[in-house]
Order: sequence, then C-alpha cells, then structure tokens
Amino acid sequence: MKELKLMKGNEAIAEGAIRCGVDGYFGYPITPQSEVLEHLMAEKPYEKTGMVVLQAESEVASINMVYGGAALGKKVMTSSSSPGVSLMQEGISYMAGAELPGLVVNVVRGGPGLGTIQPSQADYFQTVKGGGHGDYRLITLAPAFVQEMYDFVELAFELSFKYRNPAMILSDGVIGQVMEKVEVDDYKPRWTNEYIRENFPWAMTGKTPDRPHVIVTSLQLEAAKQEAVNLRLQAKYKVIEENEVRYEKTMCDDAEYLIVAYGSSARISQKAIELAREQGIKVGLLRPITLWPFPSKAINEMSKNLKGILSVEMSAGQMVEDVRLAVGDNVPVEHFGRFGGIIPSPSEVVEAIKEKIMK
Amino acid sequence: MTEEIIIAGFGGQGVLSMGKILAYSGVMQNKEVSWMPSYGPEMRGGTSNVTVIISDERISSPTLNQYDTAIILNQQSLDKFESTVKPGGLLIYDPNGITHHPTRKDINIYQVAGTDKASELGNAKFFNMIILGGFLSIKPIVNSEFIEKGLQKSLPERHHGLIPENLKAIEIGKEIVKPINVLK
Repeated sequence: MKELKLMKGNEAIAEGAIRCGVDGYFGYPITPQSEVLEHLMAEKPYEKTGMVVLQAESEVASINMVYGGAALGKKVMTSSSSPGVSLMQEGISYMAGAELPGLVVNVVRGGPGLGTIQPSQADYFQTVKGGGHGDYRLITLAPAFVQEMYDFVELAFELSFKYRNPAMILSDGVIGQVMEKVEVDDYKPRWTNEYIRENFPWAMTGKTPDRPHVIVTSLQLEAAKQEAVNLRLQAKYKVIEENEVRYEKTMCDDAEYLIVAYGSSARISQKAIELAREQGIKVGLLRPITLWPFPSKAINEMSKNLKGILSVEMSAGQMVEDVRLAVGDNVPVEHFGRFGGIIPSPSEVVEAIKEKIMK
Repeated sequence: MTEEIIIAGFGGQGVLSMGKILAYSGVMQNKEVSWMPSYGPEMRGGTSNVTVIISDERISSPTLNQYDTAIILNQQSLDKFESTVKPGGLLIYDPNGITHHPTRKDINIYQVAGTDKASELGNAKFFNMIILGGFLSIKPIVNSEFIEKGLQKSLPERHHGLIPENLKAIEIGKEIVKPINVLK
C-alpha cells in the first residue's frame, strides 16, 4: 500500500534504500547530506529488514566496504557530498573495473576544495567524464524532485545489477534539503542468499560443489587480456547508451528556444520558462534524467527546429559541452550558471535567455 | 492556487517549524508543497529563513526571489525581504524590535504582535503559532482542521498534548492581527 510522507530529499534516499531492500549502507557524515545517515540510524532498518547501517571511519573506507559487499552480490550503497565523493574515486574506478553493481549518492556542494556547504552542480565532469582513472562510465541519475530521490534508489540498483556497473545519483544541496511529498511503498524483502547464488554467477557466495571458483578483481597484468576487458566494457556501455537514456520535456511542442537543465536547475528553469512565456517567449525545457547516458539524440532532434539553446547549470559550464556535442552546428548553444554555492533565481534565468540566446 | 511564502527571522524563533507545520497542513489537504530552508552557517544562530510553497499543481522552483507573502520576524529579515514581495502581495511582521518599519505602498502590510502576546500569555514557545494565525486570518490557504492534522504530523508524539494550546495560539493570532497598509 502506498503511504504519503513529507520528507527531505536526503531522508527520501534513506527511506528508498530501506524500502527497496538494500542490504547495506556505509557512509561518513558531511553537509549537505548528513540526513541520509541520520534518517537510517533513526529508522533502525536492521530491526525491520535486516539492512546494515554503518558509519565508517572515512569515505575511503565507505567505498571499499561497498566494493566488498557488492562482490558478495549484495545491494550496497554509500552517500556523501563533493569532497567526500572525490575521496571515493579510486574505489569507484575499481568497482567499474571489477564490474560490480552498487550505488553512490553525491549531494553536491560548492567547490573546488572544501568549498562551501551550499548547493552546486560542479561535479558533473567528475561524474560523467571519469573522476577515477581508466576508461569507465558511471550510470548517472539526476533527480529533480524528492519523489525521484526516493524512486531512483531502486532504479539505480535495478540498472546497476542489470549491467554489473556502479551507479551514481547526482543530486545537490537543494534537492537534498528541500521537503516535499513522497509516496512510499511497502517494505520489500532483501534478496536471499539463495536468490543471489542462483542469479549472479559472478558473486562470491562461497565455493560449493555446484559452483565454479569466483574471483572479483580489477587487476589484469596481461595487456591483451586487459584490452579484452576494456572492449567488453565498451560494448556494455554502448548497450546502456542505446537503452537507458531518460529525459523529460516540458512545453517543447511550440518552442523556439530550449533550456537544457537537470536537477534543481531544471526546477528553477521550469519556473523561468513559465515567467518567460508570460512575456511571450516560446521556450521549452529538456531535463536530462540520466546524465550518462546523455540524451544527445533527443537534443539533436529538437535542435533542428530551434533558434537557440541555453544550458543552465550551477557550475561554470560543464554539461553545456555535452549539449554542444549533441547539436553540432545546428544551433547556437550558450551556458548560464551561478556557482560556488549561489542558486540562480528564476528571473535571472529569464534574463539569460534574453541576453544570451535571443540576441 | 499557488502561494509562495518566505518566513524569515532569528534562528531559534521557530521559523523552520512554522514552515513545516504549514507544509504538513498542506499535505493533509492534498496540496503540493515544498519547504526549502536556508541551511547555511546562519542556521547556527543568526538569521534563518524558509521558502514554503503550497499549490494545487506540481511545484516548479523550490527556491524563489519573489514571494506572494513574506512573514518577517526581525529587522534584518525585513530589510532583506520587503523588496521581494510581489506587488499586491502580503507582508506580515512582528513589530517587536523593529525600528525601521516597512514603507512600501503597493503591498498589503499587517502587524502581529506575537512576541508581546506570547510573553503576556507566559509562554514564548507559542510565538510562532500566533504569527501563523495572523497569516491564516488574511490568507486561509489551509483549513483549520488540516492545521490540526499538520500539527499531529509535524510534532513528535510526546508533544501532542500541546496541540490544543497551539491551536489556541493560532486563534489568538487571528484576533490580534493589525492592518497597517491595505490595498483597495
């Protein structure tokens, strides 16, 4: 049965984890996402579903605990904010290399360095262009509503296990801190060890007579074999790019101009397009829900009928590069952003539309 | 219907909890709501504010720079937010400690002497409910039965005994609200 709650985005991450049957959470507190761990501790899921909640000694420890749990075929996750997620990059690369599922939530704050505790979207490059070393990709979901913070935990695990690839929920301080209505599901039971043994032959479930020896590693010293690993990863990424693109279009049917924005910037931009349309400006919004794979095709197709595109981000201009790659020379693409923890106002975005793409 | 509200005052004045009660009441009445606090260093003392939006439709931006209503509880917040009220909008403030009163003529302005009334009643804790009552008397965006349900949801169970007094404080707020500038 569905139940209605008023929750912060961070609490919704925690609630989503408990209710979709996550096995373990390992994390270390950092503003603006500490409510994830706080809510988990308050809810005591170890008494409800048997889910483990552990405050690790550091972010490095957290991600390595996730690696360990994932190697057993368990649904395990961590969450942090920008400086903490930087510390996790080695572990994320190892997970991608060992083809382990798992979820990392980044509630982004302003950087670089320790930066500020206020919202930002300046970790886009780190998330979708690597962050860690090697040729790998991270399935990246960008929630814009508290409901999506809740829903995307389950979705991230679904995709992550389907493709044996780590997933990231890339949020920010706005969506982490805002309280909205959330419809929550009943508690789903965690997977049994039997289920994991039967469904995930790669998982380390103990050597039994009917099961071959399993090694989980990202190390392959022979170059030819490591190239084969890379080719397999690239083939997998291609399948993901073909099948898992998600986005939402708002007021695009008659649009002459388009805003591309994700997460909280998409919410602010939605208000901006409402205000702009009151002034007779025909502008629509395309909100990427998956940042990798990026909705390049959808943006490219739309761009042919547009006069200009504005990428709105709380960064100095990161996603705008992917928008430009998507549209080529079809139409001018400009960037508007505030950064370092400043949230742009809807009216600033309207002004940016006029100044940057309507000239 | 969409009502975009900023509530601002000192940390510890119950700014965030007033917003939460309003938001919960909206949920109980099956509205869309959003409650977005300023969570910077100011939450540790200093000024604190929260944006509450209550609507019949899906809410776009949870952060705004113009509001239908500003509920103001100290001078710094008045200085900061008076100019952000939309023309024709509403500004409600507690005159306690205010030396520079609002001057705009294109908005509705009301005073609710919540601080004085709460100390007169002997319980400073109900101050924010008195202010909330003042707001609801001018803009009854949620019905009182849903306010009661909102209080039940937002207060921890050990404080449920205080709900009747909270409701009474809201009623007192409705009685003492004082018009300063009312548009025709």
